[in-house]
Amino acid sequence: MRFVFKTSYDADIRLFKHRAQATWYVLLLLLVLATPLYFVAIDDAYLLGEITGVLILAIAGMGLMLLTGHTGLPSLGHATFMALGCYVNINLLNAGVPWVIAFPVSGLLAGLIGTLIALPVLRLHGVYLALATLAMSILTSDFVVLAEPWTGGIAGAAVPDINIFGIEVNRYSTPYKFYYLVLFVTILLVWAYRNLLRTPTGRSFTAVRDSEISARAMGINLTRTKATSFFLSATAAGLAGALFGHSAGYVTNETFDLVMSITLLLMIVIGGLGFIHGAFFGAIVVGIIPVAIANGRSFLANAFDVNINIPGLESAMFAFILVCFILFEPMGLYGRWLKIRTYFELFPFYRKDMFKRQKSYLKTDRVQ
Amino acid sequence: MSLLEIENVTLRFGGLVAVDNVSLHVETGEVFALVGPNGAGKSTIFNLISRFYDPAEGKIRFDGNDLLTQSADQVPGFGIARTFQNIELFEQATVLQNLLVGRHRHRTTGVLSDVLFSRKAYREELRHREAVEQVIEFLDLQAYRDKMIGGLPYGVRKVVELGRALASEPKLLLLDEPASGLSVEETQDMAFWIEDIQKQMGISVMMVEHDMGLVSAVSNRVMALSDGKELATGTSADVQSHPAVIEAYLGTGEISKTGTSRA
Ligand SMILES: Nc1ncnc2c1ncn2[C@@H]1O[C@H](COP(=O)(O)OP(=O)(O)OP(=O)(O)O)[C@@H](O)[C@H]1O
Ligand SMILES: [Mg+2]
Repeated sequence: MRFVFKTSYDADIRLFKHRAQATWYVLLLLLVLATPLYFVAIDDAYLLGEITGVLILAIAGMGLMLLTGHTGLPSLGHATFMALGCYVNINLLNAGVPWVIAFPVSGLLAGLIGTLIALPVLRLHGVYLALATLAMSILTSDFVVLAEPWTGGIAGAAVPDINIFGIEVNRYSTPYKFYYLVLFVTILLVWAYRNLLRTPTGRSFTAVRDSEISARAMGINLTRTKATSFFLSATAAGLAGALFGHSAGYVTNETFDLVMSITLLLMIVIGGLGFIHGAFFGAIVVGIIPVAIANGRSFLANAFDVNINIPGLESAMFAFILVCFILFEPMGLYGRWLKIRTYFELFPFYRKDMFKRQKSYLKTDRVQ
Repeated sequence: MSLLEIENVTLRFGGLVAVDNVSLHVETGEVFALVGPNGAGKSTIFNLISRFYDPAEGKIRFDGNDLLTQSADQVPGFGIARTFQNIELFEQATVLQNLLVGRHRHRTTGVLSDVLFSRKAYREELRHREAVEQVIEFLDLQAYRDKMIGGLPYGVRKVVELGRALASEPKLLLLDEPASGLSVEETQDMAFWIEDIQKQMGISVMMVEHDMGLVSAVSNRVMALSDGKELATGTSADVQSHPAVIEAYLGTGEISKTGTSRA
């Protein structure tokens, strides 16, 4: 059992709750920093590329987590913001803008345009907002085709290489540099996300999520708060989209499709809504499923001479996992991890009903 | 000039007149109670002050400002804080976080400063924290500081909601049935707190309450409502013995429940 003695208010404001926690995160940091060494040793960077892909997904996931997990606004259109970021980035790079400027600008523009699109629908609640963003996602492909001069339309567009003060970064020719670049962006965004959550802005998001009526009674402007969350969320998605472009090398009107939007949403639900960790756990699951299926397939083919070739197997597995989570672990993977950790921390005092949500009391039913 | 002035306010829900030409005023430093049978329109008056509803007629002024030109999220900025009859806390957050949201009207940092966690954001966070700690101390919430709302017993939630309202350092506190569902001991605590809030913190209180014992113990003035109309206003004893009030409660037996929760 661990007792945490807090001796100043700083203890709650600091990034880490206690030294042991900080130690774990430093170890994790060292691990992710050292990961490329392994791939250098085996001289095969293929898997590192997959890991980089997971980080990019996690960045987009953090964006969506902020909106859905922390502000309570669903979005089925985050691939659209990724597309925005990706294409803005491509066009700025093609126009000769240095990457260090083009990249943040593509995020900010995605955020800005995303917010402008969202403003009229922000007043809508839950399922209507989901429908509006769904429509947006469905239309994205058409818009990419319509905007051919900037997007290359159906033929697609090549994504220029990254050049940071003379250092060339390319997913294939310099996979290690690309990994570190994505890692740097990821860590920066995690830091910003944590800052948000420990300051009034983040608290106003969760307040709006949990009770709009008392958020207003505390002086929180709903529209402004939701728009802010949307802006930050779409900005992160835009940044992820730009990186995704670099990772894919070539993007077409079908790259950022509805499936990607849905995948992002499933990802954060599986990972655990309302936790930054959830975005990462979810991204890892999404990254692992295709690899696991491919491995399973070749294993079955080699060992038993069985060839499984079911179309849509990935989506089906995904849906299956999702249903399992909704049924058995609504708090997602991170929720499961929290329970396991609490079990050991409190050993032997853990009670089974510790995480059980108490039946919520009647909500103020007549207001609004 | 009174702190809060409500003049000839009327609100209809379709054909139902929930508040019918009601006028009242709350003076600085007083505890003003609204009583009346279920459906009298008490909570609706709170919701009118909070600007959740637009009155069909009438004026609402606070501290010299016309509240009717303000939106709901601007009302706390004037120094009005409230609790809800059915408890509206932020369920997926800790007690501390809930109380910190109460500080929202005092925030001066912007989004950028928050995202970067600037010196200013840090210093402001410490200040908010200090203010919230005072509330925690006052309401004896230390044991629950880091607990999630979702797992707290009803009585504690009520106190947390009071704390969240206090954290905003209001001039006027609106309490909608602060003692409903509380045990006798908890109700007594509530009575002491309301008295301290009035006398030590100098905050005016307007409260809706069915427990006439609590009302008599803490209120300076009482208004009785029924069917959206004012029946009587005066001291607790005057109102309880007023014929119109007795008539309105006839059969409900509620007004006779003058349990002495502080005796
Ligand atoms: N949003 C609404 N829509 C329609 N009718 C409403 C609404 N809110 C309240 N009413 C009605 O207005 C009347 C006054 O309601 P109100 O909640 O103010 O009563 P109250 O005095 O607070 O009663 P209680 O003691 O039960 O809390 C009731 O008849 C109620 O049904
Ligand atoms: Mg009521």
